[in-house]
Amino acid sequence: MEKAKKRRFGIIATIILAATLILGLLWATATAEKNAKHQDTLSRVEKQGKIIWGVKADTKLFGLMNTKTATPVGFDVDIAKALTVQISKQTGVPMSAEYVPVSSASKIQLLKNTNIDGTVSTMTITPERAKVVDYTDSYFNAGQSILVKKGSEIHSIQDMNDPKYTVLVVVGTTAAKETKKFAPKANVVALQDYASAMQALKAGQGQAMSTDNAILYGFANENPDYQIVGGNFTNGPYGIAFDHDQKPMVDQANRALATIKENGIYNQLIEKWFSQVPGLDWRDLEV
Amino acid sequence: MVTLGILSAFSGDNINYLLGGLVITVGVSVISVIISLIVGSIIGIIQFEEIPYFSSFVGTINNIIRNLPLLLIIFFVYFALPRIGIHLPIFLATVIAMSTFESAMLAEIVRGGLASIDIGQFEGARANGLNNMETMWYIILPQAYKKMIPPIISQLISLVKDTSLASGIVLAEMTYRGQIVYAQNSTYIVPVLVMLTVVYFLLNYGLSLIAKWFDKKLA
Amino acid sequence: MGLLQNYFSTFLQGFGYTLLSSVVALVGSMLLGTLFAIMQVLPTRWMQIVGNIYVQIFRNIPLLIITLFLYLAVAKVVKMNGFTAGTIALTLYTSAFIAETVRAGILSVDSGQMEGARANGLKFGQAMRYIVLPQAFRVALPSLGNQFINLVKNSSILAFVGGLDLMYQGNMVAANSFDTFTAYIIVGIFYLVLTLPLSYYMQYLEQHLKAKA
Repeated sequence: MEKAKKRRFGIIATIILAATLILGLLWATATAEKNAKHQDTLSRVEKQGKIIWGVKADTKLFGLMNTKTATPVGFDVDIAKALTVQISKQTGVPMSAEYVPVSSASKIQLLKNTNIDGTVSTMTITPERAKVVDYTDSYFNAGQSILVKKGSEIHSIQDMNDPKYTVLVVVGTTAAKETKKFAPKANVVALQDYASAMQALKAGQGQAMSTDNAILYGFANENPDYQIVGGNFTNGPYGIAFDHDQKPMVDQANRALATIKENGIYNQLIEKWFSQVPGLDWRDLEV
Repeated sequence: MVTLGILSAFSGDNINYLLGGLVITVGVSVISVIISLIVGSIIGIIQFEEIPYFSSFVGTINNIIRNLPLLLIIFFVYFALPRIGIHLPIFLATVIAMSTFESAMLAEIVRGGLASIDIGQFEGARANGLNNMETMWYIILPQAYKKMIPPIISQLISLVKDTSLASGIVLAEMTYRGQIVYAQNSTYIVPVLVMLTVVYFLLNYGLSLIAKWFDKKLA
Repeated sequence: MGLLQNYFSTFLQGFGYTLLSSVVALVGSMLLGTLFAIMQVLPTRWMQIVGNIYVQIFRNIPLLIITLFLYLAVAKVVKMNGFTAGTIALTLYTSAFIAETVRAGILSVDSGQMEGARANGLKFGQAMRYIVLPQAFRVALPSLGNQFINLVKNSSILAFVGGLDLMYQGNMVAANSFDTFTAYIIVGIFYLVLTLPLSYYMQYLEQHLKAKA
């Protein structure tokens, strides 16, 4: 190419590329707004014939990966399964349940992403989250507590209120936000998942790990050197979450939840998962 | 107690589960390297051609991407793009994030590879009646790619290692699956991390030997 | 951009930790990398082997695995927090690449120079320090620069172990505000502030060296 031609080509190509980028960006922003009011979850799950549930894969008792079947198992998973069966009955549309592992940090994004239709993942109902997702009625009553090594000088969250102590939490959990309120002077370090947080506690990266008591019971059960101290210092009921503005889906889920609580399935699941946990009075959890 | 931990950590189920993760790790890496090779070549050639304005514009965008952490790009594609309406399943999101990043890296390699070709060859080819495109396609690129094989394999090694970052967005690749296995029982942690180290090492060391072999053969 | 105002101190703190980790790892990996590069060119066979094994291991396993190993396993024996574990992992990982770069630099120096220096009565260490290494570094400078940029980018690994760095803080802001898009864009700009000038300077240097040659 001669120089002038090459120069002209360069200018034109630059303008085209720059225009594409700018238009792309504008289009993207416009779609973002349109997508804010997106499709109806209930009609989507009815159409696809399955409900894709986000569940935990690293949390004992609630959702833990079974490496043989490569599917998570736990109370949350069973609740999701029972709800799917019940919602199928209510709507008359046969639906199966599918489980996708989510982390505390990713679950809300995945709902927004419509990668999952709903999530049963030890998710505490909070006013901030209720602005971005829709919750069902509570399906489990939990509260934040701390897990420490046996013989530790720490007996409650208030004892942690000292800059020499570190509390381990998980990114995106309510504990990550709330702990500072109860122990403002303590260091709070957030890890990516519960498996790492428990390992970090064992490695001495912190003196306590804080999250919901029910999750901590799973860890205390597995690690007899560790115990829960000081009782619950918050009250945080778990809810099943759907994307924002999904009233039809939430109504269906609430109806299904009420039904399994009435017909005893819920209590069976409580017994199945929590009756073996030492230190936890599972009968308190029944409805 | 310790040996028991090692034995049960490496139960058949756990091994299968981890190796399933290896398939995903390799899959993401290979697909990403192929895409990046194509996109990176186009960007590299544009930069090499020194087209007024256009080359430096593309070069600037390339530089921006090259200078961001891959972890950030992965999080951005998976967690931030949905906010502007781009919803991607996790596997695709990882591949796109890694391809974007690697394309920028490979563009530099392609540009460098082209720059290393003797200018006399361009002139010779053109003197023989080939036009610009033909010269590039038949004479220059084949030589440049031959020289680029070792650095491209190095990039593949980087990709295999970097796929572990996608455990941050819960892609079920090998590192994430390792975390799941030691979530079962905390005595598994050292055996699992050792196994991951060994598998990554064997795979990447093998690749680096191939790169070395090419290096010698081409020298 | 309200997000930037609300969380400015958080981002700034993260930026500080990223900078600190990068500088510490830079110094550490330069020292370690040079050490292992010299080991690989020493006449002693077992030293070569040790140097080579070190480089091959740390080059070929993911930085994340090294980081998790230090933070979750080694920390049971030697206390270290996420920042320390991440920074040490970053140092070990980068040093393997720097060792390779410096070794190539040393090999590019004419072996006659070493012999000449020895003939003039310099000890091996002195000849290495005053004659060979300065030239080796000059040759290796462009690729060392690239390693530094990689190091800054790779410091985002600290986010996996609560290392308080820029990426970690970005994740926290994203999780708290739900505005992932803006949060990650801001994090990206902060990283570019560190890496882009370095990158352009390296390009300039490379061209400058080429023009000189």
